[in-house]
Amino acid sequence: MNQQINRRNFLSATGALTVSVMMPGIAAAAPTAGLAKRPPLDPKKLASYITINANGTATAYFGKMDMGQGTDMGVAQMVAEELDLPVSRVFVEMGDSASSVNQGGASGSTGVSHGGATLRNAAAEARRQLVNMAAQRLNVAADDLTVTDGVISSKTTPTKKVTYGELIGGRWFDSEVEWNGKIGNDLAVKSPAKLKDPKDYKVYGTSPPRRDVAPKILGTGKFVTDIRLPGMLHARMVMPPVAGAEPVSVDESSIKSIPGVKVIWQKAFLGVVAPKEWDAVKASRMLKVTWSETKAPFVEQKNLYDHIRGAKSIKSGGEGPFMKEPAKVDEAFKSAERVIEATYEWPFQSHASMGPACAVVDYKPNGITTLWTGSQKPHFAGDGVAALLDLKPEQVRGIWVPGPGSYGRNDAGDAAAAAAIFSKAVGKPVRFQAMRNEATGWGPKSPASVHTVRAGLDKDGKVVAWHFHSKAFDRLNVSSNESDPSDTLHGQMIGVKPKAQLTYGSPSNSYKFDVRHLSWDVVPPMLESASPLRSSHLRDPLGPEIHFAHESFVDEVAFATNSDPVAFRLNYVSDQRDKDVIDAAAKKAGWQPRTAARKQRDGDIATGQGIAYSTRNGTRVAVIAEVEVDTKTGKVRGKKFTVAHDCGIVINPQLLTQTIEGNVSQALSRAIHEEVKFDTKNVTSVDWETYPILDFTERPMQIDVVLINRQNIPPNGAGEGSMRPIVAAVANAIYDATGIRLRQGPFTPERIKGGAA
Amino acid sequence: MAKIALNVDGKSHTINADPDMPLLYALRDDLGLDNPKFGCGLAQCGACTVIIDGQAVRSCVTPVDSVGKGKVTTLAGIQKNGVPHKVQAAFIAEQVPQCGYCMNGWVMTTVALLEKTPKPTDKQIEDALTGLKCRCATHVSIMRAVKRAAQA
Ligand code: FES
Ligand code: FES
Repeated sequence: MNQQINRRNFLSATGALTVSVMMPGIAAAAPTAGLAKRPPLDPKKLASYITINANGTATAYFGKMDMGQGTDMGVAQMVAEELDLPVSRVFVEMGDSASSVNQGGASGSTGVSHGGATLRNAAAEARRQLVNMAAQRLNVAADDLTVTDGVISSKTTPTKKVTYGELIGGRWFDSEVEWNGKIGNDLAVKSPAKLKDPKDYKVYGTSPPRRDVAPKILGTGKFVTDIRLPGMLHARMVMPPVAGAEPVSVDESSIKSIPGVKVIWQKAFLGVVAPKEWDAVKASRMLKVTWSETKAPFVEQKNLYDHIRGAKSIKSGGEGPFMKEPAKVDEAFKSAERVIEATYEWPFQSHASMGPACAVVDYKPNGITTLWTGSQKPHFAGDGVAALLDLKPEQVRGIWVPGPGSYGRNDAGDAAAAAAIFSKAVGKPVRFQAMRNEATGWGPKSPASVHTVRAGLDKDGKVVAWHFHSKAFDRLNVSSNESDPSDTLHGQMIGVKPKAQLTYGSPSNSYKFDVRHLSWDVVPPMLESASPLRSSHLRDPLGPEIHFAHESFVDEVAFATNSDPVAFRLNYVSDQRDKDVIDAAAKKAGWQPRTAARKQRDGDIATGQGIAYSTRNGTRVAVIAEVEVDTKTGKVRGKKFTVAHDCGIVINPQLLTQTIEGNVSQALSRAIHEEVKFDTKNVTSVDWETYPILDFTERPMQIDVVLINRQNIPPNGAGEGSMRPIVAAVANAIYDATGIRLRQGPFTPERIKGGAA
Repeated sequence: MAKIALNVDGKSHTINADPDMPLLYALRDDLGLDNPKFGCGLAQCGACTVIIDGQAVRSCVTPVDSVGKGKVTTLAGIQKNGVPHKVQAAFIAEQVPQCGYCMNGWVMTTVALLEKTPKPTDKQIEDALTGLKCRCATHVSIMRAVKRAAQA
């Protein structure tokens, strides 16, 4: 933590920033006029979060970033609201370790709930400071002042007024906020400033458009792939044919025809650099390498779930009061009149971002090394590069530049490490971009899992016991954080030992059963280091698969007890807001109660409707999916999705709605297409043919979004909550359409036809 | 290596390159025109799309010497006098992109479609856009934008 602060001091002192160290004494001499120079980044300083520019606009410094869902606009709205500025005059600068403190990057949908809340508090404090300055300047009491659009005026003598710009424009706040001592997602600040009463909100609930859209469409914005530096070289990796194999010999003469090419080889890390990008690509393909003989590391794919079931548990965990009293769970099941059990299986899935990850590193051992990255966590990624290069964290500046979307811990964090290794090896700036097979095949995966769910019923069919158990690969075989080279593919390839986290998760909802037990076991990775099946976070980590199992099973129990799935949920769900989303989705979708699959058919086409619900860190979502199943081909079409969504107060309804639409469509892709294929030697899903995703022709025909706006409840994250229940809703809809209960995903034609047989 | 002449966005260039180098690398690396993106290099995603003589073409699999006298247009070349193309205007109005990395492919393919078929049916739109990838899954926004552009 302290390291972080020192790092910023260092950056300032070495002139890497556009700011320099504050002159001692200035603050004391003119407390209200602000500082001419920005003080070093420090989570305690108001100036680390916000400034008023010379023209009276405000800039907020966001230590996270936006992945294209408009988080930065949400933050701008929160800041504008507290500052009483129109949102058009609030700017957000994000994802640069030289201009913002480390708020954790994009992580866990905390952009607004945590990151935004911090900047909102900073904005309220800035307003308080400005009003005090105005009181002094205008010689009136602070509580006689009111602010409209950045103009502070006296309520009693309206001619007495002064603007934000006149008070401090172009200078920096010289005051502190109360910092909770944490960095990353948990960083929070407070101040004596009173937050605006939600009933006075003007900017919340409006939908100003995003600012990154036009540059992305006009082609005027830069992506990380477009960063070019003088003297920069291009790098490509040469990956082993069998996962875990290492180069034994490398025949450099095989590429001697390529001008300026150089081989970089450190242990398992083998790559090439060249001044021209195409030459690097060619060289990586032409280089003759002899690889070590290595045992094929993976089980056959058809045995994957048996492997998980049979593997020894290396870590157990769970949730709830019965973790300490497992005997009570057994008792409850013993006393049950009837026990229902089902097992669900979910494969590895890949981030498979639109472009292979790219990073540029300019290694400067005696100055500031710079990392340009598409990583969601540029501050942490910069720390990771520092550790990899034996530099101090303060010697590396991490700059986020939009990249191919990342949805969690994708290959971007690995590319940063690769570029760093290359740049140090050649002493020049290096741009590394992976090839498609690396992005899909070698990027981190979401872990494959087996979920076993049991329900004990009494003689009236009431649920008296419930046990949800997952057995799976590690949720974080590589951490999503990126500050430690052991969590990167290329770090592991140069010999940094992996440090698996050994953790998993549990369903999130408010079902109330007399005995409800949630537990999990983690099984060892099939390949310890540099595995193309190393697992990490993929958008809504574990959410789709865990809730596929949970919500499918809820339907199974509902039907087994002759209940309607919506009524069953409303009966057992205990939280009123959760009931409200279920109710809202059912009403909007015109839900017809049923106690068995309806199997509606029109020729070969079966149609059905399914519900699922889940919560995620305070956000609750219910969805009703309507699907068509072509019983001839086995193809599933996600026709219509009705999503009821409650994430507290809604800041920007338009952007929220589009975020939900994206989640629905991406989740549909995962539901019907996505499964990482592998053989015993390596991952064989290496491109869009072998890892298909949703096609344009398969997009949902309709997505109806019901936003439940809770004016008095602070905003919770909305980036992932609606990803969570979709897969289950699709499974339940397929069942309603066909009577086929799919307990293994994805829901491909083969599985549908297999289920029908 | 060979000297290869290219006409891109109305300008003539000569580059020195492998004749079999994909056009994508000539545009990006030799000419600094970054809008065509590397997505797959396999003609599977469309991120690298340019328009050559009215035809949407995947530059990642187009050998640079096969372009000949073809007039290449990139995303940067579809604006006229600084005014966004109607397809761009529609994609902006609908706030389509999330990460945006795929957008070059969708916009350029739609431009080529509307050149030939100014008032496409839904089916014609699907036939033109099938196979393009958007991992952020903005498909429903894309459909809205294409329809908006067709009406403009
Ligand atoms: S990069 Fe050319 S089609 Fe994917
Ligand atoms: S917007 Fe990210 S891939 Fe399409």
